[in-house]
Amino acid sequence: MKDFIIPDRDYGTPAAKSKQMVTLTIDGFDVTVPEGTSIMRAAAEIGISVPKLCATDSVDAFGSCRLCLVEIEGRNGTPASCTTPVAAGLKVTTQNAKLKQLRRGVMELYISDHPLDCLTCSANGDCELQDMAGAVGLRDVRYEAVQTHFRAKDTSGQVNAQYIPRDDSNPYFSYDPQKCIVCSRCVRACEEVQGTFALTIEGRGFDSRVSFGAKTDTALTSDCVSCGACVAACPTATLQEKSIIDIGTPERSVITTCAYCGVGCSFKAELRGDELVRMVPYKHGKANRGHSCVKGRFAYGYASHQDRILNPMIRENISDPWREVSWAEAMEFTATRMQGIIDKHGRHSVGVITSSRCTNEEAYLVQKLTRAVFMNNNTDTCARVCHSPTGYGLGQTLGTSAGTQDFDSVEHTDVVIVIGANPTDGHPVFASRLKKRLRAGAKLIVIDPRRTDIVQSPHIKAAHHLALTPGTNVAVVTALAHVIVTEGLFDEAFIRERCDWDEFQNYAEFAARPENSPESTALLTGVSAEELRAAARLYAKGGNGAIYYGLGVTEHSQGSTTVIGIANLAMMTGNVGRAGVGVNPLRGQNNVQGSCDMGSFPHELPGYRHVKGEGVREIFQKVWGVQIDDEPGLRIPNMLDAAVEGTFKGLYCQGEDILQSDPDTKHVAAGLAAMDCVIVHDLFLNETANYAHVFLPGSTFLEKDGTFTNAERRINRVRKVMAPRNGYADWEVTQMLANAMLKQSGRAPWGYTHPSQIMDEIAMTTPSFAGVSYERLEELGSVQWPCNEAAPEGTPLMHVDGFVRGKGKFINTEYVATDERTGPRFPLLLTTGRILSQYNVGAQTRRTANVAWHTEDLLEIHPHDAEVRGIKDGDYVRLASRAGETSLRAKVTDRVNPGVVYTTFHHPDTQANVITTDYSDWATNCPEYKVTAVQVGLSNGPSEWQKDYAAQAAYSRRIAAAE
Amino acid sequence: MSHESPHAKLIYMANQIAKFMESKPHAEGVALLASHINDFWEPRMRRHLFEVIDAGGEGLRPLVLQAAEKIKRPVSA
Repeated sequence: MKDFIIPDRDYGTPAAKSKQMVTLTIDGFDVTVPEGTSIMRAAAEIGISVPKLCATDSVDAFGSCRLCLVEIEGRNGTPASCTTPVAAGLKVTTQNAKLKQLRRGVMELYISDHPLDCLTCSANGDCELQDMAGAVGLRDVRYEAVQTHFRAKDTSGQVNAQYIPRDDSNPYFSYDPQKCIVCSRCVRACEEVQGTFALTIEGRGFDSRVSFGAKTDTALTSDCVSCGACVAACPTATLQEKSIIDIGTPERSVITTCAYCGVGCSFKAELRGDELVRMVPYKHGKANRGHSCVKGRFAYGYASHQDRILNPMIRENISDPWREVSWAEAMEFTATRMQGIIDKHGRHSVGVITSSRCTNEEAYLVQKLTRAVFMNNNTDTCARVCHSPTGYGLGQTLGTSAGTQDFDSVEHTDVVIVIGANPTDGHPVFASRLKKRLRAGAKLIVIDPRRTDIVQSPHIKAAHHLALTPGTNVAVVTALAHVIVTEGLFDEAFIRERCDWDEFQNYAEFAARPENSPESTALLTGVSAEELRAAARLYAKGGNGAIYYGLGVTEHSQGSTTVIGIANLAMMTGNVGRAGVGVNPLRGQNNVQGSCDMGSFPHELPGYRHVKGEGVREIFQKVWGVQIDDEPGLRIPNMLDAAVEGTFKGLYCQGEDILQSDPDTKHVAAGLAAMDCVIVHDLFLNETANYAHVFLPGSTFLEKDGTFTNAERRINRVRKVMAPRNGYADWEVTQMLANAMLKQSGRAPWGYTHPSQIMDEIAMTTPSFAGVSYERLEELGSVQWPCNEAAPEGTPLMHVDGFVRGKGKFINTEYVATDERTGPRFPLLLTTGRILSQYNVGAQTRRTANVAWHTEDLLEIHPHDAEVRGIKDGDYVRLASRAGETSLRAKVTDRVNPGVVYTTFHHPDTQANVITTDYSDWATNCPEYKVTAVQVGLSNGPSEWQKDYAAQAAYSRRIAAAE
Repeated sequence: MSHESPHAKLIYMANQIAKFMESKPHAEGVALLASHINDFWEPRMRRHLFEVIDAGGEGLRPLVLQAAEKIKRPVSA
């Protein structure tokens, strides 16, 4: 699809990476380009667009359309400029009488089998075939096609067997074969960019057709993951967004950042007026490099969903119906209530939860609200329940919680360990980049209880899959260290230079103990010793080794210990501090990195500085004009405990649904119910709002300015695409609440008028952000912190010349079995996760057509476990743990091992978290979502709890009719 | 797991930290256990912990008790 809004030029073929430069002459102009560049791209560099159809710079040259022919002095014939590489001294001609005639002939043939309904075609104004017909001066078509692909009936009135009707099965795009010119751009995008191989060319010659898998497949039933790469690559109306078909072409675009996962893809939001027409991945986005997934590309419909609440609502008691009020009344009510609680129960009786979905500026203001207005440190964020062990573990060993690499680093990796992460579902755009590297020969080790898609998919196969028993990560990681130590595979020079040798000796002695050998741990972990040894050798000696990990590492009783173990592995093998290596936490939410950076944790101020530090408090005290508490505040689980105990009474919760996402739902509900003022600030009446007294409507990422920080520490701009439907951006709402409270206590109000001022305050107070400003972001596009005087352009790779903490620290990682154990009553282990098409608690994605792929949470169970329980695929089953029970449908599959069951937590009516327990990480209280002992049995329908919950939720969501 | 009282839960949490610190040299383990609790436990939680310690420390692992004097006693609010 051509790029007609911002002249984001399509260079026809990908950039060459060679450092060797070559000079040639094209149409009389000299041009110097890297060796390996195509003539087409070299011409584009000097502004000469050679006509083309099958070439686009997101995929390798193919040379099928024969439109880009050129002449080269001294060479025979007319080679295709897309497949012909440059050479020194070439003299190329891109336009002369012979070339014009050849191109016109090619176009004539194309057009003879193409419907001429341009005016009513959905690609009108956005069609490369149309453009090329114009470019080559096509004026008439001499051929009268007897056979075509586009006429439903042939000239004699018979049904045309070559005609394939439009496939509208995918909710977001249509596939219309009659418009297809078989350029293969879609097939190549699916292979090269996305790596799914869902598309193919079927047949030969005139019979060649683009096909989704087998003949009986539709776009929806095929392997297609709806990433949109084929749609973006299609030069015609063949693969077209349905929104374009419905609305027409956009007239302006705004570059912004996706609000789904931690990859943080850059998008162009394309609009007509203030109607969003489509989201297109931005080619110059440094996280995604022009790729996208089904969520960011298509699932933005929630922003205009009818469920969105647009007016503030309040109620005295949670048993009352909601009452819509003005913003002024809502603020007055809320400030009075919160101040009343503080007056009665003291300043420590209230707190906040910042959002990992909102912007940095918004998270900063929310923590400032509790520190400078409520006057305590009771702030936490949903990172508590995902990556808090990363903060602790990497902080202890390397000196900073920061992931060590940028995403580009994977292009230099030789061996990848993926542990406790499911990138094809959770971080799909990164997964595509990873798969591309794997197809180029890098080796893969997967440590995961399930056979996730990355273990084996088209043209990808893990060298080793260590399918461990949930809860035994530490044993496996330490066993890997055991092999590296005892077989002498460690990098002594690196350790001596970069770490403390004596500490390593101590750690080596610990790891080498016989109880840590793979043979000893095999019984515990279920991982074959031989396989584990082979994996350890591969990682240690296979070249650049990189570890990517996710919540399967952190969400355990020993989450922090596993993170420490991972850092130990990277340090002992010298895999830190250059491209292609490192320790890479894959963060869950769009701004979970940022919300942590912004001081959302109760023990640290922005920039990860503990509140006990007088110097740090001093900085903020000066800027904020208040005294800052020097004691750590409450973490989310501690807030709930304190609420149940009666000492925590008021909570402002922005963009976070703790009732659905946090473990042990019953305990969360009890905590919320015990509070006097729960303020939910969100797009929808989420589950937590069932227990809220105040609902403040939120704004979507399309409706405000700000920044998100992705998993590679990249600060990306979020730009306001349209006015907030609820009236105010979220930072404005927080400021209104702060000012309402400040007014009541006679203090000076906040006066931010634009988020850039908040970023300026962050830069002024936080050394790692010192060089960040909106002007700088405009200039660079994005920047990875630390960004300051020492690194004005940011820091793609951490620990390059030495560890942030000085010497890397090895820490012993003793395995301690979780107390959540299987037994006769609960013989199976439940682990939880997510799926590509849905996001987190599903509040957004459930309100889009993504439900076409995932309408309900399913319980994956191994055929053996299913059979002994009489469970068949699709049966309704009861899932019970010591904490509670729910019911859902079973999916019988050998993706899980016997003894392990798996489900997602995207749907509130399943509420997988009623099952999970309140066991948590020893260091950070990060809940142990990934291990719960359960029993599964056939069921007749929803559990009592589900019925009660549904009734309570419906009751609680009543909104009083306007008077 | 369901902890009936806040004390039971805190005892459990303190012991979890102790189990990690027990794999370190003893003096280091004691110091780090105390600083971990000082750094991450809100005064209310430390107050409850001291209620347990002052009542004899039943249920707490020895390392927690050995670290007790290094744990900051919260000033009453």
